[in-house]
Amino acid sequence: MDYWRKSNKVFLSFGIPPTIWLFAFFLGPLFLVWGLSFGEKQGIIRVAITGTLENYLRALQPLYLQIFLKSFWYAGLTTFFCLVISFPVALAITFVSDRWKPILLLLIILPFWTNLLIRTYALIAVLRTNGYLNDLLELIWQSADSGLRILGLGDWNLLGERFHRFELLYNNFAVVYGLVYVHLPFMVLPLYAALDRMDRSYIEVSLDLGASQWRTFLSVIVPLALPGIISGVIITFIPALGTYLTPDLLGGTDSQMIANVIERQFKSANDWPFGAALSFLLMYLTFFALSVRALLTNHDEKGLA
Amino acid sequence: MEINHKAHFMADRPVILQIQKVVKRFGNIHAVNGVNLTIHEGEFFALLGPSGCGKTTLLRMLAGFEFPNEGSIKIDGEETKDVPPNQRPVNMVFQSYAVFPHMTVFDNVAYGLRVVNVPREEIKERVKDALALVKLDGYNSRKPDQLSGGQRQRVALARALVKRPRVLLLDEPLSALDAKLREAMQLELVKLQKAVGITFLIVTHDQDEALSMADRIAVMENGVVRQVAHPRELYESPNCKFVADFIGRMNLFSGIVEGHEDGGRLKVKTELLGKLTISYNEKLSGELHLAVRPEKLRISSEILPPSHFSFPGEIDAVVYHGSETHVYLKTDAGPLLCATLTNISRSSIRPKRGDRLWIGWAPEDTLVLSE
Repeated sequence: MDYWRKSNKVFLSFGIPPTIWLFAFFLGPLFLVWGLSFGEKQGIIRVAITGTLENYLRALQPLYLQIFLKSFWYAGLTTFFCLVISFPVALAITFVSDRWKPILLLLIILPFWTNLLIRTYALIAVLRTNGYLNDLLELIWQSADSGLRILGLGDWNLLGERFHRFELLYNNFAVVYGLVYVHLPFMVLPLYAALDRMDRSYIEVSLDLGASQWRTFLSVIVPLALPGIISGVIITFIPALGTYLTPDLLGGTDSQMIANVIERQFKSANDWPFGAALSFLLMYLTFFALSVRALLTNHDEKGLA
Repeated sequence: MEINHKAHFMADRPVILQIQKVVKRFGNIHAVNGVNLTIHEGEFFALLGPSGCGKTTLLRMLAGFEFPNEGSIKIDGEETKDVPPNQRPVNMVFQSYAVFPHMTVFDNVAYGLRVVNVPREEIKERVKDALALVKLDGYNSRKPDQLSGGQRQRVALARALVKRPRVLLLDEPLSALDAKLREAMQLELVKLQKAVGITFLIVTHDQDEALSMADRIAVMENGVVRQVAHPRELYESPNCKFVADFIGRMNLFSGIVEGHEDGGRLKVKTELLGKLTISYNEKLSGELHLAVRPEKLRISSEILPPSHFSFPGEIDAVVYHGSETHVYLKTDAGPLLCATLTNISRSSIRPKRGDRLWIGWAPEDTLVLSE
């Protein structure tokens, strides 16, 4: 009897379906788009592949570069806020009792099981001028104001004559807020994985040697969680960079990101070659970011990963 | 005599650790259940017991990682009730060593000095001395993944010693090393302890380790200290059945007190030996345990001299261990016994399974255990 691992038939029957899948649904379409990026529009639906670099040159115009830059800036801000918010959350999940751990993890993962569109519309309901957040702020204002009245300071109108609702929606704040909200689990989970895997005695040793909690956090926990931090940053930054729905629904006229521009080329502007060129430019930039990551971690990841 | 002299010498030293009526509960479980211990400056003290006996919990309470539910722990005369681990004059060597993988050997050892802002020059000096003490000079810039297990342990030791703690706590420090290295480290730890003069408190489940290193040993079982004694006393005069059985190998059998004779002699009836008389100072009644160490057992083809207990039996199994041979004996009266023969010469007699012989021991080697 043949040893099954060495049988070619076994290898082929397991290897061929995924290969076909990969080519038919990923590499093939990707290649088509890549080809389109060197094409010229001729008529409404006709595109001729002429090998022109015109589309790329157009994509490098200041107008579009600025949008690229802004996308990077928003994605970077999102990643930063996600990291700052997620670290305490991940630490908390790591150190709660085993009974609470799955519940907290479930709360982190729960949003994944809800449609992104629904979550974004829910966010609109929270943030809009007549939304829940403003309602809450007004409630706080009212109680503070009546508190002051009780103290006899009512006539001074210290908090203003009446509550002015904040314009929280359809601006850049809303976009970053929405991006942070959507991408938080992407940061919490790798951080939690790294922290949970870490030997607790490193923390105890640090305390035992006289370090404060804060010093222990900076000198021991953060460096040991570095692989998790890097993973979290990567898988937050890349999807945030290519987000299209959040700026579309929550942003104002000046908050469009590069994915919105790309979407417009394929739809309303009907300029597929230019859209393709922008897409590939975005992909190259993403690859560049990934290679920076690889360079950064290459030399000191030993023993930590 | 020597040992008693040493005991006296230690007891004269000032008390460094005073543990009084300490209780620690985890849920319904009493991990530590009313422990009292007094440890003197410069002592090498061992907490010995099977896993789950509460010895590590006790150690962690001394380090400040757990807090007792009841009782008090005084380190150097200071009550430690709410003192966090980073403000205690003790340091701990962890079972896993926990040498920081992202720091060099030097940075690991310097860590405990840097975090309390010791001047740079002094750090250099003290780290150098500490590394020399554990024989790791020249390893400054190595990373932990370039070190062997034994070397990592030395880093952990140096890292704790460089802080000049009042008490050094060691949690199963040798359990991760292989047998040869473990034995070498035992000797080295004792030398190191005498050299630096710091009180060492070691937790171990390995009786060999405790017996060979410690000045005094506390044997723990189920959160309670059973006996505190010098290694020799612990081995030769255990105070209860648990200690007798736990330390070394022991032949145990039960008997019933029949009466007392003048001059502190006890008449006992046993299944194994019938009626016998042994010296024992206290008055006892009811059931008791008798014990005798395997190496004190004698086997012979002829009946033993009348000064010995002597009864017939046969060899059930022979297990050869190199330096000694363990002979399992089935007495005619029923109970099984084990005798240890030291293989003094290459031509020592070789007992075989099924051999008929006489078994016995000197009456003064009989231990009487009331529990």
